[in-house]
Amino acid sequence: MSGRTVKASDIEKAVAKICLEANTVLREDVLAALEEAYRGSEKESGPAAMLEVLVENAKIAKKTKLPICQDTGMAAVFVELGRDVVVSDGNIFQAIDAGVEKAYKEGFFRKSVVADPILRDNTGTNTPAMVHIDPVEGDKITISVMPKGFGSENKSAIAMLNPTSTPKDIIDFCVGTVKKAGPDACPPYVLGIGIGGTMEMCAFLAKKALLRPIDKANAKSHIAKLEEEIKVGANELKIGTMGLGGDHTVIGVNIETAPTHIAGLPVAVNISCHALRSASITI
Amino acid sequence: MSRASLGEYNDLGDRWFIEFMALCAWPGTVHALAWDSPLTRRVVMTNKKKIQVPLQADDIASLCAGDGVLLSGTIYTARDQAHLRICEMIEAGEKLPVDLDGQVVYYCGPTPANARAIGSCGPTTSSRMDPFTPAFLEIGMKGMIGKGRRSTEVVAAVKKAKAVYFVAPGGAGAYLSERVKSCEVVAFADLGPEAIYELVVEDFPVVVAIDSEGNDLYAGLQN
Ligand code: SF4
Repeated sequence: MSGRTVKASDIEKAVAKICLEANTVLREDVLAALEEAYRGSEKESGPAAMLEVLVENAKIAKKTKLPICQDTGMAAVFVELGRDVVVSDGNIFQAIDAGVEKAYKEGFFRKSVVADPILRDNTGTNTPAMVHIDPVEGDKITISVMPKGFGSENKSAIAMLNPTSTPKDIIDFCVGTVKKAGPDACPPYVLGIGIGGTMEMCAFLAKKALLRPIDKANAKSHIAKLEEEIKVGANELKIGTMGLGGDHTVIGVNIETAPTHIAGLPVAVNISCHALRSASITI
Repeated sequence: MSRASLGEYNDLGDRWFIEFMALCAWPGTVHALAWDSPLTRRVVMTNKKKIQVPLQADDIASLCAGDGVLLSGTIYTARDQAHLRICEMIEAGEKLPVDLDGQVVYYCGPTPANARAIGSCGPTTSSRMDPFTPAFLEIGMKGMIGKGRRSTEVVAAVKKAKAVYFVAPGGAGAYLSERVKSCEVVAFADLGPEAIYELVVEDFPVVVAIDSEGNDLYAGLQN
């Protein structure tokens, strides 16, 4: 088989690097949104003071290499694997787990993964990562790591709506999910929303949507409109930063869509706290 | 603001605001005046209150939902598994590995320390500890620090025990680590981040979310 050879050990190193970065350096788009909220648009002084703490926290984390949040999450890993790439000296799943393990050890991150959901023994390595591989054209590998904390993961939800449901029904479900999360999962939130597909595809899209910078709207105008309407609706809840009220319950809404079945309209909401962390690398 | 008026506010609308001037982020800020309307529930936080932990009864009595407070002294971490174990030990009549009588429990599982007193150490979601909280209050726990809402049972139990529930800024673990001066494991070391740690804190910023009279800052945000 011809193609470009990439060593498993290089994948491991790359994953370790972006894991360390994601956990200690807040995404630029998220930091910019928090700063904007703090400096300009938040009129209530209570939540504004809390936003200042969050901006300060990001600065301290970057400087000291302390994790932004103690819940350094479970690593969701998205791989775009060029079809002309050949991985040598190992397999890609093991390489990714080895990279995650290395980063969580070297970064002094919390190991929050249990091997069995019922027996609950900690694996001690923060692995396995949850890995999604998409085959793409070309001879490159692009890897994105999203350490996902479970305070906000626990507030996520999926609904199998009727095909005759209206955009308003979608908005109501998404805003209702934020209302249920209330002040518990570290607002202001970012919502990753999947619409369409099968049930598992819809949930996958909701998570993947969180990778997109929050200042970039969906390219389809009717979806971008929905993003905006959900954001407005959620902010009308006035939960606000740390539940202290004010204008910032949600600082970003990203929707990804997929074709779906004539009988259904799946909608999944993956809630992220303000500590939305991810980093990417191309090998 | 008096307790009575705060109670009234809790019964008013589903909108509320807080003047939050008290965190150490804004030292020396003057506090703003309250205003009220039928649709707002406003809690005023006067300038930062400094309180020692473990808490004294008169300090607890002085705290109102919405107050910004800086805590200094000793607190104990415990989260899901430590709560489960302590409750099992209470039920079995066993001696507890740490005396929580009069103490403040912090719902936190820090990251490992690396040449510092502690790693990142923000609060975890408090509601997961709700089923265990009445038992903790019965053995004398006087304060809790976490994030988010509590059940109505917990609100009632806090009131009955004349205790207090604080919230700390969630997702600001790096910021909060600078307020922790030491961290020693005192029980359940096998639980790693979920062990019980004794923390010495200085000016640890929190907000009173449930006061000893049962006023709940998040009352308007219940599902
Ligand atoms: S919800 Fe997010 S910010 Fe809050 S504790 Fe969990 S990971 Fe950290």
